[in-house]
Amino acid sequence: MARRGYDGVALAVPVTVPYTRYSIRGAHWFLGQAVHELCVASGLRKEQFDGLTVSSFTLAPDTAVGVTQHLGLSPRWLDHIPTGGASGVMAVRRAARAVQAGDADIVACVAGDTNHVDSFRQMLGSFSQFARDATHPYGSGGPNAVFAFITDHTMRTSGATREDFGRLCMDQRHNALASGGTLFKRALTMDEYLAARPIATPLHLFDCVMPCAGAEAFLVMSAQRARDLGLPHVLLRGAIERHNAYADDPVMMRGGWRMDRDELYAMADAGPGDMDFVQTYDDYPVIVMVQFEDLGFCEKGEGPAFVRAHRFTWDGSLPNNTSGGQLSAGQAGAAGGFLGMTEAIRQLTGQAADHSVPGARLGLVSGYGMVTYDRCLCTGAVILGASQ
Amino acid sequence: MPLLKPRRKNPVLRTRQINLPPSARSRVALGLTAAAAMGRFELQQCVDCKSVVYPPREACPRCASSRLRWREQDGAGALLAGTTLHHSNDLFFRERLPWRLGLVKLDAGPTLMVHLHGAVVAPQDRVPARVHIAARLDRAGQAVLIALPEKDSPNMADDPMLREMSSDPKQRKVLVTDGMTPVGQALVREFARAGAELIWVGHAQPWKQHGSGLETIAGLPQVTLLPLDLTDGRSVQALAGEIGAKVDIVVNNAEVHRGFGISARRGTDVAKLEMEVNYFGALRLAQAFGPALAGRSADGAANACAWVNLLSIYALANFPPHGTYSASKAAAHSLAQCQRAELRGAGIRVVNVFPGPIDDEWNQNLPPPKLAPAALAAAVVKALRDGIEDVYPGDVAHEWFERWRDDPKVLEREIAAGGA
Repeated sequence: MARRGYDGVALAVPVTVPYTRYSIRGAHWFLGQAVHELCVASGLRKEQFDGLTVSSFTLAPDTAVGVTQHLGLSPRWLDHIPTGGASGVMAVRRAARAVQAGDADIVACVAGDTNHVDSFRQMLGSFSQFARDATHPYGSGGPNAVFAFITDHTMRTSGATREDFGRLCMDQRHNALASGGTLFKRALTMDEYLAARPIATPLHLFDCVMPCAGAEAFLVMSAQRARDLGLPHVLLRGAIERHNAYADDPVMMRGGWRMDRDELYAMADAGPGDMDFVQTYDDYPVIVMVQFEDLGFCEKGEGPAFVRAHRFTWDGSLPNNTSGGQLSAGQAGAAGGFLGMTEAIRQLTGQAADHSVPGARLGLVSGYGMVTYDRCLCTGAVILGASQ
Repeated sequence: MPLLKPRRKNPVLRTRQINLPPSARSRVALGLTAAAAMGRFELQQCVDCKSVVYPPREACPRCASSRLRWREQDGAGALLAGTTLHHSNDLFFRERLPWRLGLVKLDAGPTLMVHLHGAVVAPQDRVPARVHIAARLDRAGQAVLIALPEKDSPNMADDPMLREMSSDPKQRKVLVTDGMTPVGQALVREFARAGAELIWVGHAQPWKQHGSGLETIAGLPQVTLLPLDLTDGRSVQALAGEIGAKVDIVVNNAEVHRGFGISARRGTDVAKLEMEVNYFGALRLAQAFGPALAGRSADGAANACAWVNLLSIYALANFPPHGTYSASKAAAHSLAQCQRAELRGAGIRVVNVFPGPIDDEWNQNLPPPKLAPAALAAAVVKALRDGIEDVYPGDVAHEWFERWRDDPKVLEREIAAGGA
């Protein structure tokens, strides 16, 4: 049976609860703020959100169910999507199908986390069974060592250099400063990037995201409903996801995007060259390079040359992570998986203010999440198009 | 660089305290630890499709069978990628940075995250370095994997990372509780050969020294003889007061061993004496020396690290011809498990040694093979070097252990019927 497209599904009302390095509040506070912002920005009452997805790492012992009572919501459709960097794409796919099927009318997709001074350290040992048994005992301090391996292997096999990764980081910092929503206040120079202290070689300080607290959210509804409500919106043109892809690769060189990208572009009736911008998932810059390859922007192994040939600033030849991405905006837990989605909606609805990609009509948002052992297991991507 | 004699400690400075590496594991992952405790590297293998899998799990990722069994691995693999940690959120590693890790493709199949021994060269270009993977107990007493160079290199055991996973006697100070037996003397000679800095040797009953062989070790430059009677709490306390704060490895080999079971010897005097030394003596020693060892378990390159209990394979199942002795060793074994749990938090390794009959005067009536004292001593030092926690030295011990593990009830019946 041919897979049904996502015709008539719209995304609207991107909101961001500003990031702070640390917070004494709980995850529910950030999720509550996000829902509040959705109401303010849309003019809707929260009772009108009859669908809800929740993504968070710091919500325990609650799940999405507890959030409904906490925030006084009574949705008729609910999903808990604790898949970190892939949660944005996965929330869109699930909410889109619910809307198409009529199970929900307006779905609030919410992601947020708090960050206490010690919460990141405490989360590391309990992230997954494989992490507890086979990576945490090695002192790697979360995913740093895993991505050091992937970066080391990529550098030796593809010829990528630290300067290539530095270029990606510098351009994202440029975007972050233009968008204003960043914990970093200064531009990043190549000298600073290269001179940063080592964390887990070849990774240095600016290759790593800064854990912080914050939230991101948006609404999914039918395009007709968005028009009726007068909400600026974008159209979902295609979406893919894949889990535990290429499990036999001894070290991660390919991501699951590669298995499904043809279907993604076919649904959107577009190719990589048609994208006016991309929002790649940037837990570490090597993964941005891998996405350029596996999403078809260049061939496998040509990532370094591709990076050298482009500028990734909002006004560059291929705008990437136009709000700065997590590398420059910070990683607010599961909200990191929503960051590219809210930014893409802003770009395509003329809400990106001073860092608008000129004439943007089509954009790609990619997700990547859940380092349970030696790589992230979840990959996904969506293509969003302007509605007018 | 070989490990040199550590510099004399500055008594004004604070003694560094231990922080353990993360010790939580799922139950299924403890299979790795159980094998590593005996010096073996085992991974789960699927009975149905033969896949070797890692990390430990409940079902085969290739065929979804739940029939996974732990099987010994040869450890051959290729280092695909490496990193040097300069940052860790974990206190144990933070205090020991920089720390090398690697990603290894085992020839048998799975990809492993491992500690990287200092002699393993980093991956160059596209050619992965060949490595040998071993499973070792870390300071928390849990198994971790370490990549060693394919061929042994000089001074390999002196690598700081490997020393955290072993209890190598080199440059350490050792107490051997009884120097008056052939086993005690063999232990002292073996520790001297292994490069122990100092060896204190206990001896009880000074009137029996003549002819005991004690004089054969008294002249070794590392050796200091000290009176120690495990039946006397004050004697144990006095020695702990004198050397407790300096000992790095305690080897409790003091024992009383007499023949017979219940009916061949009247009364309880001999059994009481066996318990008095083999069980209560071990308890007195553990109470007197344990806290001092625990307090020095991160004290420099020659930190306090291990406690060796000389038990007996008869601790696992009673050997009726030596029935009361077996009972005292079973009690000592149980106590040693308690001691292991209590010292775990300090990162002190408790090594339990389960020999079969030793070739000494108290096993005169047992047929060979019997374990030579020198072989027992060599097995003890090797266990300390290799980070092994349970030692079954010699053919008899090994066979008993296999039979016990196969089915303790069957072993009991075999022995009751006169088998040994």
